[in-house]
Amino acid sequence: MKTLKIDELSKNFGSTEVLKKINLEIDEGNFLVLLGPSGCGKSTLLNIIAGLETINEGNVYIDDYNVSKVEPKDRNIAMVFQSYALYPSMNVRENMIFGLKQAKVSKEKIEEQLKKVSKFLQVDALLDRKPSQLSGGQRQRVAIGRALVREPRIFLFDEPLSNLDAKLRVEMRREIKKLHQQLKTTVVYVTHDQTEAMSLGTKIAIMNHGVIQQNNSPELIYNKPSNTFVADFIGSPSMNLIKGKLNQKSNKILFTADEANFAIPIISYDFIKASQLEDKEVFFGIRPEHIYFKKSNEDDFEVNLTADLSEYIGHEQIMTFNFANQELLAKFPSTFKIELNKETKLYFDLTQISLFDANSKERI
Amino acid sequence: MQDNLQTSSYKQLEQKSKYKNIFLRWFLYFVLILFASYFIFPLYVMVVTSLKTMEEIRQGTLLTWPSSLNFDSWLVAWGGRGYGAGDTFLRPYFWNSIKMVVPAVFFSTFIGAMTGYVLTKWRFKGDQWVFLFLLFGCFIPFQAILLPMARTLGALGISNSIIGLVLVHTVYGIPFTTLFFRNYYVSVPTELVKAARIDGAGFFKIFFKILLPISAPIIVVTVIWQFTQIWNDFLFGSTFSFGKAAPIQVALNNMVLSSTSVKEYNVDMASAIIAGIPTLIVYVLAGKYFIRGLTSGAVKG
Repeated sequence: MKTLKIDELSKNFGSTEVLKKINLEIDEGNFLVLLGPSGCGKSTLLNIIAGLETINEGNVYIDDYNVSKVEPKDRNIAMVFQSYALYPSMNVRENMIFGLKQAKVSKEKIEEQLKKVSKFLQVDALLDRKPSQLSGGQRQRVAIGRALVREPRIFLFDEPLSNLDAKLRVEMRREIKKLHQQLKTTVVYVTHDQTEAMSLGTKIAIMNHGVIQQNNSPELIYNKPSNTFVADFIGSPSMNLIKGKLNQKSNKILFTADEANFAIPIISYDFIKASQLEDKEVFFGIRPEHIYFKKSNEDDFEVNLTADLSEYIGHEQIMTFNFANQELLAKFPSTFKIELNKETKLYFDLTQISLFDANSKERI
Repeated sequence: MQDNLQTSSYKQLEQKSKYKNIFLRWFLYFVLILFASYFIFPLYVMVVTSLKTMEEIRQGTLLTWPSSLNFDSWLVAWGGRGYGAGDTFLRPYFWNSIKMVVPAVFFSTFIGAMTGYVLTKWRFKGDQWVFLFLLFGCFIPFQAILLPMARTLGALGISNSIIGLVLVHTVYGIPFTTLFFRNYYVSVPTELVKAARIDGAGFFKIFFKILLPISAPIIVVTVIWQFTQIWNDFLFGSTFSFGKAAPIQVALNNMVLSSTSVKEYNVDMASAIIAGIPTLIVYVLAGKYFIRGLTSGAVKG
């Protein structure tokens, strides 16, 4: 049984297709993050799961039950919004029990739930305050509390941290993570922040233009991006994508960048489909953090490059190199000194590379 | 040395700008007082005239303070002289106006709030068109609808009645009240409605429990606006009612114009003030909120 299943779901607003045949499944207790740039349809998808938005095609199942035409309140879900959406005229207590009162839950049960949840979230001292008298973090907690008291099957979070300042955001992120570890409920979480997605999700679905680009664990998303969009979207700075050609010579596969007079051997790379590699136009992907200034592996590829630019960001520095007239970014500890406009020896970790078809932009 | 020179010239400049500021400030007060007196002047003439006796008025001293405070003309304006025919006074028409204005303001405000709520939080296909046509209602010259309205009231059997006037004012208030409430609710985050829907609240519950409690500023604005419009209306009142069913502005007009004998300026002035007092009271009581409501934008948590 899948806790949530989305089947061939399409949605359009007028003539704009927002979601195109989305398929998605979540097992009980998973934390699924919908990640993507703004306008990719992730919030619409969440609203559809909540029942706040109608469906044009396809179905949504919760616990194998088709809820496509079920009212939001009957879907056994709870949602936390970006603006918290606390009812301004009600105090914290009334805010938290509003849903239970609507559902005609008995007074004792409501009181019991309220006590439990407000204690758990440490908002029990704030129960008589109005939302306007709360700080951002407290409002966030009350909003989560309002979702918790209903004991839903699925929690929906719509960019809940993007209204908080940077420091509080990191704090609340940890709290949400703890919350999920303790309660083990199923969560669908929308964000455009990759750090949030990586740290919170047990599964991440990356969306762009209404299509899911990749749906995997954070590790796989990071290590084996399934297309150039994912490769580019995840990581900061994002993966270097160097345009070039593959050559196959007596069981050895070599990559030569455009305008380069040297070749990089492709070793220990898992091809999805290792056919017709000769003369294939590809993007060679390597993350800035997988370029070293010291040899660490026997198979590391050694190359001499000239640095054009250095960006100091405290604990590390981002260097821009000229790689056969293409930009190549590398990340080093800030203690390591590199002179600009001078050749430096660098080592590519060839176990960490990705290759993409230059035409289809898909991983090969 | 250099430093000393520098400081002394700064001091001079400081002194100069101080004088300039003082001058500007007094100039500002002068202008403000000038305009304020310009606006208050007619009211002053009305009040002092209403307190004078007719002999005093005939002496032609328009601006002088009355020799003795004489409230007779106010009593006459409000309650009449006590003889039968031809004695027009404001009291019954004042109550007519109250009976007209209270329900008309209530219904137009309520319907406007509802419409604004639907147009912003329950969007439907073509809602912009509905709003656009409602806006046209704000620009209709009321003279243009007098005839069709008269026919309608006749067909409904409520011409020359307070109910008829309530209907007319409610209908023609809706474009304005809708505009007010729509613009207010646009700034209320729609996520509130979404949250309430997930919590299981329906269309009316969301309106009454979530939106209405935070609408106080715009309700005040609307009530003041509608009250002033309806209370001061003369066109609809004089067209759709006569005799006993007339609102106060029509009665005031009849009183002042039906000069069978001598023109009693003191009574006329007192009547005009009485007819204007309720709007003044509403402004004084709610004016603070009026400004706040007009300028308030987003509702923050």
